[in-house]
Amino acid sequence: MHLVYPVVISALLFSVGVYGVLARRNAILVLMSVELMLNAVNLNLVVFDMRWADRLHGGQVLTLFVIVLAAAEVGLGLALVLLIYRNRQTVDVDRLRTLREREAEEGVRQ
Amino acid sequence: MTAADIVIAALGVVAVGSGVMVVTTRQLVHAALWLVVSFGALAASYVVLAAEFVAWVQVLIYVGAIVVLLLFGIMLTRAPIGRSEDLDSGNRIVALVVAVATAAVLVTTLVRGFRDAYFPLKARVGSGSSATVGASLFRYWVLPFEALSVLLLAALIGAIVLSRSDIGPERPVEDADDLKPPKRPRPRPGVALARLRPRNADDEDTIVLSRIDEEA
Repeated sequence: MHLVYPVVISALLFSVGVYGVLARRNAILVLMSVELMLNAVNLNLVVFDMRWADRLHGGQVLTLFVIVLAAAEVGLGLALVLLIYRNRQTVDVDRLRTLREREAEEGVRQ
Repeated sequence: MTAADIVIAALGVVAVGSGVMVVTTRQLVHAALWLVVSFGALAASYVVLAAEFVAWVQVLIYVGAIVVLLLFGIMLTRAPIGRSEDLDSGNRIVALVVAVATAAVLVTTLVRGFRDAYFPLKARVGSGSSATVGASLFRYWVLPFEALSVLLLAALIGAIVLSRSDIGPERPVEDADDLKPPKRPRPRPGVALARLRPRNADDEDTIVLSRIDEEA
């Protein structure tokens, strides 16, 4: 089997995730794009594990670990998003700029 | 180009295409559903790559749990169900440039590096079964596995602490008022006897009985 096909698919999927993280405003859509990037990395791990096929099976085991980490990340991320929604009534990442320095001095909220 | 190559390429087209739909669609719920298609195509390509156990874990956790969690998030933030025009931020062009540049660099490097890399897929059959992965997981990777379980517990507790409103730092007063139960009107003396009736009595009976009491 040619190694290039799955590896290129993984690179393209990662780029799609990068575009989503940078271009989307809704925080939940940003989380979805992060999931796409994690999946691209998972495909890479599985492919290279199948290529080397050593005794440790590190690629597949690390894929399982990444899946568990993604589950934890989504749980915590959604809890944060819901907390932001409860306090601000918005989940637009463009409007959450209280940590920005210039506008915080002017007292601009949201 | 073997049959496995063709299948992988087709599944990759499905995965990348639905990924593009995830990041470009105008409807939030459709984005989550396209995410299911993308994850499903990736699970199928894991099966083609002879990693069955990872494929089933992908289906169970990603498609079964994470997408449902994301849908819950969409519902709980009262997102608009139909089309909404403001899902993209103003820096779409910059994001497109960055993503295309990332893709160009990665694809060029990978194609140049792995142009002649082949591996025998038939010899790998069975190296992704649950017996093999489980043996290597519990023989060589026990300590990371346990650390990960502790991390999952910490994330669980953290999510509970974040989403409960009655623990944590003091909230502002106007928020605290919302948490109190709404005030009920104090029962009048005539109604007091009516309240002694069983709870399943419906309101009409109660009103009638209280009027009778007042007349008496």
